[in-house]
Amino acid sequence: MSDISRSLSAIVGENYVSDKPEETYFYSRDPGLMPPHKPDYVVVPQKVEEIQQIVKLANEEGIPVVPMGAGMALTGLVIPLKGGIVIDMKRMNKVVEVNEKARYVIVEGGTSQGLLKSYLDKNYPRLRHSIPDSPGTATVAANVMIHGQGRLTQQYGFNSDMVSGLEVVLPSGEICKIGSCCLSPDWFSKGAPLPDLSGLFLGWFGATGIITKVALRLYPRKKMRDVEIFITDSEDLVPPMIYELTHTEMVEDINVFAQPMPLIFRDNHHIALFMTGDTDEELEFKRKMIWDSLDPFIKNKDGGFMAIPPVMKPTLLDMPQRSVSRFADVKKGGGFEYSGPIIAVDKYPQCSRKVMELASKYDLAYSAMARIIGRGHCMMFAFAYTFNRADPDMMTRARKALEEGSDFALQAGGVFWKATVDEQQMALEKMHPTTRNLLKMIKTNLDPNGIMNPGNWEVQ
Amino acid sequence: MYTLKFEESLCASCPTVDCFVKCQYMDLRMEQAKSEIMKLAKGEDCLPLHDCVTCYGCEEYCKRGNHPFYLITEMRERKGILTSPRAITKQWINIGEPRGKYRVGAIKNTVLSFGFMPELLQMVRGRLFDDVMPSYVFGQEFFCNVVYIHFANTSIIKERLPFVIDNFKKLGVKEVVCMHDECYGAFASLAPAYGMEVPFKPIHYFEYLVKRLKELSQEIRPLNIKAAYQRPCSSRLSADQHHFVEDIMKLIGVELVEREYQGENSLCCAGIFGMMYGYELANDVQKRNIDDMVEHGAECCVFNCPACYNAIATKVAKRGVRPIHIIDLCRMALGEKPGMEVV
Repeated sequence: MSDISRSLSAIVGENYVSDKPEETYFYSRDPGLMPPHKPDYVVVPQKVEEIQQIVKLANEEGIPVVPMGAGMALTGLVIPLKGGIVIDMKRMNKVVEVNEKARYVIVEGGTSQGLLKSYLDKNYPRLRHSIPDSPGTATVAANVMIHGQGRLTQQYGFNSDMVSGLEVVLPSGEICKIGSCCLSPDWFSKGAPLPDLSGLFLGWFGATGIITKVALRLYPRKKMRDVEIFITDSEDLVPPMIYELTHTEMVEDINVFAQPMPLIFRDNHHIALFMTGDTDEELEFKRKMIWDSLDPFIKNKDGGFMAIPPVMKPTLLDMPQRSVSRFADVKKGGGFEYSGPIIAVDKYPQCSRKVMELASKYDLAYSAMARIIGRGHCMMFAFAYTFNRADPDMMTRARKALEEGSDFALQAGGVFWKATVDEQQMALEKMHPTTRNLLKMIKTNLDPNGIMNPGNWEVQ
Repeated sequence: MYTLKFEESLCASCPTVDCFVKCQYMDLRMEQAKSEIMKLAKGEDCLPLHDCVTCYGCEEYCKRGNHPFYLITEMRERKGILTSPRAITKQWINIGEPRGKYRVGAIKNTVLSFGFMPELLQMVRGRLFDDVMPSYVFGQEFFCNVVYIHFANTSIIKERLPFVIDNFKKLGVKEVVCMHDECYGAFASLAPAYGMEVPFKPIHYFEYLVKRLKELSQEIRPLNIKAAYQRPCSSRLSADQHHFVEDIMKLIGVELVEREYQGENSLCCAGIFGMMYGYELANDVQKRNIDDMVEHGAECCVFNCPACYNAIATKVAKRGVRPIHIIDLCRMALGEKPGMEVV
């Protein structure tokens, strides 16, 4: 056992440290296409104090530290590019507090989306959080760290917009509280009316600190939920349709998708609309408003509400949706990755045409997916491809398609979401120079030794 | 090339013009109705080309066998008048595309055709079907494609239906028990109207049920309930089979309530109206229909078409009326459990 292993064992206990290849193997990769790189050590702490000690040790030894939730980002954000210590947060999985009347929850940094959902279902059935469509093991902290989106994103913005407080271990090992909780026992705001410091951490992928607690806003959970799908054969009409739908303010979530298989989905663009209500009357009122908002398109024969087969409805209403996992195995071999820029909704036509063009060019199975963020303020558009992991040629083609998709999105005015390190460099290069310098200043000041998830958001 | 058999002279001499006068969705008096059908027959622009909602009713109202609805469909297609949003039409045409993924059971002289209705795979079970099953077919290769008359697209029917007929022919079957009205309508009405030869005897599943219920009469426990019958649009293509509903109900001890929207005056489930025309029409028709069931004391709503069931079963159930498919109802009378439940 090395000195570092012994030191880490002294902090978290021997059972929660490993440098064995059969264990570091799993921490060297994620389910996406980024090349693996092994960590030197994996450590699984249970307390904030342990994380503080690990970070201090890393600083002293000059060892990289990579905090990890479930490692589901697909873009290699927790692959330890320069080795070092991967801090697996999964043991820090408690729901610390729910303030029912103020509608927020505080969870530890490794709490999974699934655990939080179950907890609320059981104890606070009138409250819900914005569940992303990642597997239930994905963590709340990692999701807000990457500015994830979820079922309430059309109503309330990015999931990170719903953060109402953070506890962070800084690269120095100190604890820092962000938001109202820095001077109040109540975690109701991540910034306002103070200077909002949450931006020093959210979106940084752990390069400026490790989130050990996160407070998240909760929202009313209605008793009923339903889904409708409006379809059109014209990608050019999707943005005006979204405009009308968001104007109603009656929709819970809006997802758009286009894919060639199964046959029921071929040739069309599908706008899946979710709605909620406490009574049949409320739900029907919303349904009528939504249908009426799109009536001119129906009258012009430009689109219509499809009949959803009964077997399809439970799948659509699933949270998270498992259809994504099924798509991942279309080509067998379980490979799936998407480039998902955040981009203006009016770019939907260009983006969807590009997905199909690249799928044809590289002979890949594709899915174009978009989730509307806010009242049509922007969308996450996924250039999604599936590939067989046992087929290196197909993986290469998928990688090329994703790279071209990313490049296209950037040129079209999009901003990379959960950018790979290569995409981060592309973004930094294109970025306004003063902004780039500000990022560098923040990183250098917070993490002078450059130990925090190195490779990410590094201004060259 | 298959062409529709239509006699203009039959319309010219028609004393009632019931096809359009009885229409529940266009308000036409005799004189105007006559004028419109003659314009239609001559291929001129006319009101029905724009206002017909594709309930198929006129196929039943016309007692002269002159296929006014098929003609509306033909003319609409010829003039490029869409009934449905383009995307919906494309979607339905894609769904029915043969993919080589059909299922064929142990084929006998008589075969049950499930068309492309997956619900029937679960429902067609038990003693009622003992004497034929597992002689069945399912899949796009055996899908009649008649639904495309809703979408003013007879071309796809003319293209695919001959292959479907040929697929049955290849199986060497003598009788095809059609488990859906459209399937029966395809072989008994539409194919002959277009001059397609049907080399087997189509049997409506109602007729089959009556025969089986009589054979199993000793085992029937009368259900003693009051029911409303939800007649599907496709039943209009085989109106001569409609009387079997009453026969079946009598055999299993179910009283059909006398209500406004029954028989020729039946209302569509409106599932297709929603897709084609939006909220108002669909909601209005569904509300009037279900109100009528409730007001006349129906305890359950008996469905014939799985698509009707999918369209309004939940709404019917919320009004306290139990939705049930006619096959399930017959199975219940035999002490079996129904296979379809409200989603």
